[in-house]
Amino acid sequence: MTTTALPPLTRKDFQTDQEVRWCPGCGDYAILAAVQSVFPELGVRRENFVIISGIGCSSRFPYYMNTFGFHTIHGRAPAVATGVKIAHPELEVWMVTGDGDALAIGGNHTIHLLRRNVGIKVLLFNNRIYGLTKGQYSPTSEFQKVTKSTPYGSPDRPFNPISLAIGAEATFVARSVDIFQAHLKDTLRAAAAHKGSAFVEILQNCNIFNDGAWTGITEKDARSERVIQLEHAKPLIFGKNRDKGIRRKPDGDIEVVPLGNGISESDLIVHDAHHPRPSYAFLLSHMEGRPGFPTPIGFLRAWDDLPRYEDVVNEQVAAIIQQKGPGNLNKLLRGGDVWEVK
Amino acid sequence: MDIPSGKTRREVLDQAVIRFAGDSGDGMQITGSQFTNTVAIYGNDIATFPDFPAEIRAPAGTVPGVSGFQLNFSSGEVYTPGDSVDVLVAMNPAALKVNLADLKANGILIVNSDSFEEADLRKAHVTSNPLEDNTLDKFRVFPVELQRLTRTALQHLGLDAKSMDRCKNFFALGMCYWLYNRSMEPTVRWIDDKFSKKPLLAEANKLALKAGYSYCEATEAFQISYEIPPAHLTPGTYRNLSGNQALAIGFVTAAQKAGLKLFLGSYPITPASDILHELSKYKNFGVLTFQAEDEIAAVTSSIGAAYSGALALTATSGPGMALKTEAIGLAVMTELPIVICDIQRGGPSTGLPTKTEQADLLQAMFGRNSEAPVPVLAPSTPGDCFWIALEASRIALKYMVPVIILSDGYLANGAEPWRIPTAEEIPPIPVKFETNPEGFFPYKRDPQTLARPWAIPGTPGLEHRIGGIEKQETTGNINYEPLNHEKMVRIRAAKVEAIRQDIPNVMPVGDPEGDLLLVSWGSTFGAVAQAVKEQREKGRKIAHLHLRHLNPLPGNLGDVLKRYKKVLVPELNMGQLLWMLRAKYLVDAVGLNKIQGRPFKQNELEQKIEEMLEV
Repeated sequence: MTTTALPPLTRKDFQTDQEVRWCPGCGDYAILAAVQSVFPELGVRRENFVIISGIGCSSRFPYYMNTFGFHTIHGRAPAVATGVKIAHPELEVWMVTGDGDALAIGGNHTIHLLRRNVGIKVLLFNNRIYGLTKGQYSPTSEFQKVTKSTPYGSPDRPFNPISLAIGAEATFVARSVDIFQAHLKDTLRAAAAHKGSAFVEILQNCNIFNDGAWTGITEKDARSERVIQLEHAKPLIFGKNRDKGIRRKPDGDIEVVPLGNGISESDLIVHDAHHPRPSYAFLLSHMEGRPGFPTPIGFLRAWDDLPRYEDVVNEQVAAIIQQKGPGNLNKLLRGGDVWEVK
Repeated sequence: MDIPSGKTRREVLDQAVIRFAGDSGDGMQITGSQFTNTVAIYGNDIATFPDFPAEIRAPAGTVPGVSGFQLNFSSGEVYTPGDSVDVLVAMNPAALKVNLADLKANGILIVNSDSFEEADLRKAHVTSNPLEDNTLDKFRVFPVELQRLTRTALQHLGLDAKSMDRCKNFFALGMCYWLYNRSMEPTVRWIDDKFSKKPLLAEANKLALKAGYSYCEATEAFQISYEIPPAHLTPGTYRNLSGNQALAIGFVTAAQKAGLKLFLGSYPITPASDILHELSKYKNFGVLTFQAEDEIAAVTSSIGAAYSGALALTATSGPGMALKTEAIGLAVMTELPIVICDIQRGGPSTGLPTKTEQADLLQAMFGRNSEAPVPVLAPSTPGDCFWIALEASRIALKYMVPVIILSDGYLANGAEPWRIPTAEEIPPIPVKFETNPEGFFPYKRDPQTLARPWAIPGTPGLEHRIGGIEKQETTGNINYEPLNHEKMVRIRAAKVEAIRQDIPNVMPVGDPEGDLLLVSWGSTFGAVAQAVKEQREKGRKIAHLHLRHLNPLPGNLGDVLKRYKKVLVPELNMGQLLWMLRAKYLVDAVGLNKIQGRPFKQNELEQKIEEMLEV
């Protein structure tokens, strides 16, 4: 790799000549635009970006980014990306996946990538439906959801992707929304700055098979009432008039409280995304679905003190070389007891 | 060397087969490999057959728990571990029951007489004590109180009974060293090294070893001892090498010769795990080993490593191969160089994890969706695994293809003396990463090899996308056009076929034309070669052709097959190479098929040869 001065990059540098084949109106367009506008800011040479995906609508992403790209097979992007990262830790590897790819067929690889803390940015586009196969329910679809494969309602209970990532002790877990462009870009920048595994769930609409997947929280009127934006070192406040907050209960659980009437900001939890333990972030990740609680977006966890997997692996190799000296092939071939035949 | 004194005779032999058999917990594999190492260092040619149960510790003393290690050592060339044994060491009734049928008449049987109590016999489901009835009449039986004698030798060390009893295999080993006039020195060195942090156990094992040796000397138990002079091997420096070790050092060598990082993505599976164990030791060669979360991650991480410019491999066995299928198809489609080692075992499904079989050939050939040709190679001996690793790496890197190596449990765990090459005599493996953006296309091909350029991430100006979707020829863009697809399918096939230009024409060993040709592949090499040799000495007009390249097959194979009246294909499967040869060459070949989790005996092959020649 070269280390000469970086030429200034623009959004255009990351666009390809390939015709984008997502359905008109798909949330993926907005995510693509955000990524293309954030990448030039990251101070990484274009040839050092590698985008790796699995299978699904989201996984077509690499074709539309003028970087190195690998559209692999269903569910296996984390393992391919891990191989790239171990062999070449200096590469900037981003993984694009969906709710089916990352949580159903590739669930095993996803959790192992995160627990190892491989330095890969994972963008999970969650539209709560199987789009490419035309409308079956996914591991994030709601209980009892009626889809093509569940005409009488889905019997499955859904995964909460951020809970799963925190459960796997991912060191960076954030959530954003396709149409919240500014927020999404901030989230991508923060993910890029994180050295270890960065897991970003992006709530994304599928206007063909699951239109309005997230309207409950994206509608203009509902947005501020039903969404809480988590920012490090800020109190947990939400509501159109910033009149609600989240407070610890004596039993360790959390509760939503109205501000005023003796309850002030100082009673609320001040968000600590940098906490080394994942328990608190896990508690926050579980708010949605609880009556009266908002859906969290933003940074649930951003604790970057754990060494990256690829560094641990390569530092071990370097240490052994230091200790034993670089391998000598003749010595290797003659390992063990040898004897001469004359 | 110690010379036995007294009234014992010494007889010089060409060759001997010895088998150590006992409970899985009796240390029979260590005993066998120590004996092997000692005779190999002395200069005998050897072939070994370790045979152990899949259970780590089946209930002690039972038949399923019997573990055995057989060694054939000789002053001549050795091809097989031997059909029957001259000396059987049986540590308990179960081991005796399982192995007695293979002991030659008048063969030497050393039994641990301490383990033939009522309860021991019951565990082995033996109704009458074979040491007391006439079961053993036709053998030279040496009942030895291994447990009592070992305890006596070690009593002053202050070890508990269990620890003392664990040394009794070394007592038996010491006896065998006396019987074959072998020095205890290599084993003493091994014990010192192995137990360097436990000096008391080192002392105990050494004492037991020496006690066994002295016991024979003092009691003149055997009346006879044997001498097997060194073999006349090709001059050179030798070491003892197992198939899995050979693959491991072969890949390290290949990576060094190619100037690439070596990456292994693997998930533990019998009998392939030793490749992971071995390679994880060689980090000072920059080897990167990744114990993946499953078989699929093992192969896909290798694909990732290959994509970014490493020599990447994965090692597994049949069930793991089944799981890797889709990913190997991705490597075919994206034309990335990985090597897949399938250390075959009995199947289907979990099958016989520790037993050998050759039944993954058609899986390797065709076990992927759609038209997905992959080069397939098979080593013929444990030492050949080294050369196959180099050959597979060379093909993968030159043609930008995934390559499958079909080894098996017998080669993986079996060992032979291996003439050590010098690093300098192994040719370099040329590798070129694309760096020039001028006229670059990810699927633009080398006209001779049809390989696409290896354009790794980090190379300025070569940013491009690849994936599992069909590519447009040259540009590599997604393309669904009918004629383009057909063209790409044919190119991928032609690329594998092009490898044939590097495969030398084959020449059968034996008569250049005649009544019968035996065609074999993989681990059956030794047994078939030996059977053909013996039959030719009887004047039969036959020959042996052993294939190391199974896809593509050597260019002159069709012509060779036509020169013989009959063709026999012996395989440890239901006839998979046979199927391929019949389909490809329209030759009326017949099979000899054994599916017992065990290698061929020479005798089984010779019988079939005689049957086919109607003698």
